[in-house]
Amino acid sequence: MTRKQKRLSIIAGLGLVIALAAILIFTALSDKITFFYSPSELQEDPIAVGQAFRLGGLVQEDSWVKEGEYNIFYITDNALAVKVIYKQILPDLFREGQGVIAEGSLDAEGVFIATNVLAKHDENYIPKEVVDTLKERGEWKEDEQGDDY
Amino acid sequence: MLIELGHFALILAFVIAIIQAVLGLIYWRSDVRIANFVRSAAIWQFILISFSFMSVVYAFVVSDFSLSLAYQHSYSLQPLIYKITAVWGNHEGSILLWVLILVLFSAAVAVFGRDLPRQLRTLVLAVQGILGAAFMGFSIFTSNPFARLDPAPFEGTDLNPILQDIGLAIHPPLLYLGYVGFSVCFSFAIAALISGKIDAAWARWVRPWTVVSWVFLTLGNAMGSYWAYYELGWGGWWFWDPVENSSFMPWLVGTALMHSAIVMEKRNALKIWTIFLAIMTFSLSLLGAFLVRSGILTSVHTFASDPTRGLVLLALLGVSIGAAFTIFAIRAPSLRAGGLFAPISREGALVLNNLFLATATAAILVGTLYPLILDALMGARISVGAPFFDLTFGVLMVPLLIVLPFGAFLGWKRADLIAVTQRLAGAAGLALLIAIVIFMLTGAEIRLAPLGVFLGFWVAFGSMADLIYRSKFGKIALGESLKRLFGLSKSIWSTALAHFGVGVTVIGIVIVSAWESENITTMKVGESVDLAGYSIKFTVADERQGPNYTISHFEFDVMAKNGKVRQVVSEKRVYMASSMPTTEAGILTYGFSQLYVAVGDADEEGVQVVRIWHKPYILLIWIGTLFMAGAGFLSLSNRKARVGVPKQAKAKRAKAKVNKSKAKTNKGSA
Repeated sequence: MTRKQKRLSIIAGLGLVIALAAILIFTALSDKITFFYSPSELQEDPIAVGQAFRLGGLVQEDSWVKEGEYNIFYITDNALAVKVIYKQILPDLFREGQGVIAEGSLDAEGVFIATNVLAKHDENYIPKEVVDTLKERGEWKEDEQGDDY
Repeated sequence: MLIELGHFALILAFVIAIIQAVLGLIYWRSDVRIANFVRSAAIWQFILISFSFMSVVYAFVVSDFSLSLAYQHSYSLQPLIYKITAVWGNHEGSILLWVLILVLFSAAVAVFGRDLPRQLRTLVLAVQGILGAAFMGFSIFTSNPFARLDPAPFEGTDLNPILQDIGLAIHPPLLYLGYVGFSVCFSFAIAALISGKIDAAWARWVRPWTVVSWVFLTLGNAMGSYWAYYELGWGGWWFWDPVENSSFMPWLVGTALMHSAIVMEKRNALKIWTIFLAIMTFSLSLLGAFLVRSGILTSVHTFASDPTRGLVLLALLGVSIGAAFTIFAIRAPSLRAGGLFAPISREGALVLNNLFLATATAAILVGTLYPLILDALMGARISVGAPFFDLTFGVLMVPLLIVLPFGAFLGWKRADLIAVTQRLAGAAGLALLIAIVIFMLTGAEIRLAPLGVFLGFWVAFGSMADLIYRSKFGKIALGESLKRLFGLSKSIWSTALAHFGVGVTVIGIVIVSAWESENITTMKVGESVDLAGYSIKFTVADERQGPNYTISHFEFDVMAKNGKVRQVVSEKRVYMASSMPTTEAGILTYGFSQLYVAVGDADEEGVQVVRIWHKPYILLIWIGTLFMAGAGFLSLSNRKARVGVPKQAKAKRAKAKVNKSKAKTNKGSA
């Protein structure tokens, strides 16, 4: 091989690896992302059973019951509500009436089986996605936000 | 009064930083007096900022709640250690800590960089001055930590309880030492581009700074991971959270930089790429600072979401990265490209290392920014989570780990792959044997895990193989071999140890991911539950009192397979000032494995939800990082690579000094 051919083959090899990596990244991106839905959006644009997504809203007042190690509660956007079952320990700051995001999928009866309920790190924190959807639906009250501290 | 003096010191340091930057950039070529001024300016900034920082620490320690920051983040009953750590457990204080560490590194360059060429040192300090001025300005104008309250409140409002942990004393300072340490590499790169002098010597000077920063970033990330694991009560040690990603990306690129700088030093090649990586590493640190501090993300790390701060940080980020890459684009083509080299060689392997580390970083960058960009452009709400990162990062790491043991064995310039393969055959065989045994013991249903275990052991044994081969075990007398082993150079030892650490971490990650088990159940006092061969009995549930919180206290007796019983305590705390609850998981360590007990809510009859994990070999993850960091320290103790090591021998320097003073006297007499 001449010097030039050598150089070309090295560059081609590196280019190939980068191209493969790019393909990997973009297929994974179209395949592995999860979408965020509020209960109303779920009604308008239903999701297949078993398809993973994130459900966000407020924990409906007086809806949280514990049956053994199962937590059952409703997530609402003040228009519609979705029943959620979660067999894990809820985050410390999980409260009725507060914002929450649950990850998981729907079962055949339309119940959301959560694999994870996102923990909040702050008393007054409401997930940004939840604030946005509530604002879009005109359900947002400024006083819900509270101070930063 | 002290606080006002501290504020004044910060402003003074800000002004000095601006003067240092401007004079340094204009007169770097010519004047010795400017060079001396820039050096002492850097040292003075450190003294001033230290004073400024200590004044805030003092206000926290004496619970002076007239300081707004102390009122917001401290509480008189907080233990002393948390009063001190609360200083950086908030936005304003953490920026001040960032500034303190930045000027610490500038001062270190000024002090230890005595023997750097004068022009290079002046330019480096000038660029450090720009960065310092930017962050001091950010602190003064948008995130003032010195604001007072009048009248002063009697009591503070407490630090976020999750942060009331020894982790806050360790994790942020280590992480910042890493993040900000890379600013020195950045400044060296910009200085090299401006002066146009980029050679093997430059790589030798910049490498110790890279290693120092990398060691701290390694420890900071590892500590953050362990902290999240024991404090958050979720039992996980890595979540691919955007905040974690933003400190992991500089680590990956910093690792690439550390390796490419070796190629540049030894072979005078990969120059443009190394400069690019040096700029990129700190740019990613800045990006991390922006993502974490701007309030774009929601996490325990984001303290306040003041939009102006986010915008200013974005501007800071844009200007510094933009300016750096503009200079890079203008100057890089004029650099002489290094020589070509054979693909099968040490440098060839290091190029592969860089290729895979860089693409892995790109994957994480895409996954981290994609949801933010999509949200900003189209308002679409998506999230990119663990499945994406596990797949892309995992796939990209496999070839890297396969190639890694070869890399250290290959010689520079050109190497014999077949001979190297023969030397590594033992390591490969041993790793394969272990993987097969695990495969047989666990059954065939988990297919990827034995492969992962093989990779981990392959890297660990392969790195040791280098030491064994070099000390000729089995070929000469044992005593002679041992003598050779301990006589091997520090750079060979540190390479082997760091790579061994990578292997250990991989083994830990694979085993705990594949074979961890958990049991979520409800328990009453007196009941028992079995998990992974352990029998866990719920013995005590009562209420207790902590210094600034109340405790729901639970005790369990854990009986291991060998019949030994140990006690573990798990707590739920409610902090008085904020009435915020936290979970303190109970953790028992058995060898490298851990049993993790977290208690959830009780129902009306006092039946408690209990979540128990068995985490096999989880400690290997962090032990591996300790090997990596230890190897970094070892390489720093190497006289040849020490920070600011004299370029010339001492005698030569003394001679040069004599010549200089002669020249001076000649001038005087003339």
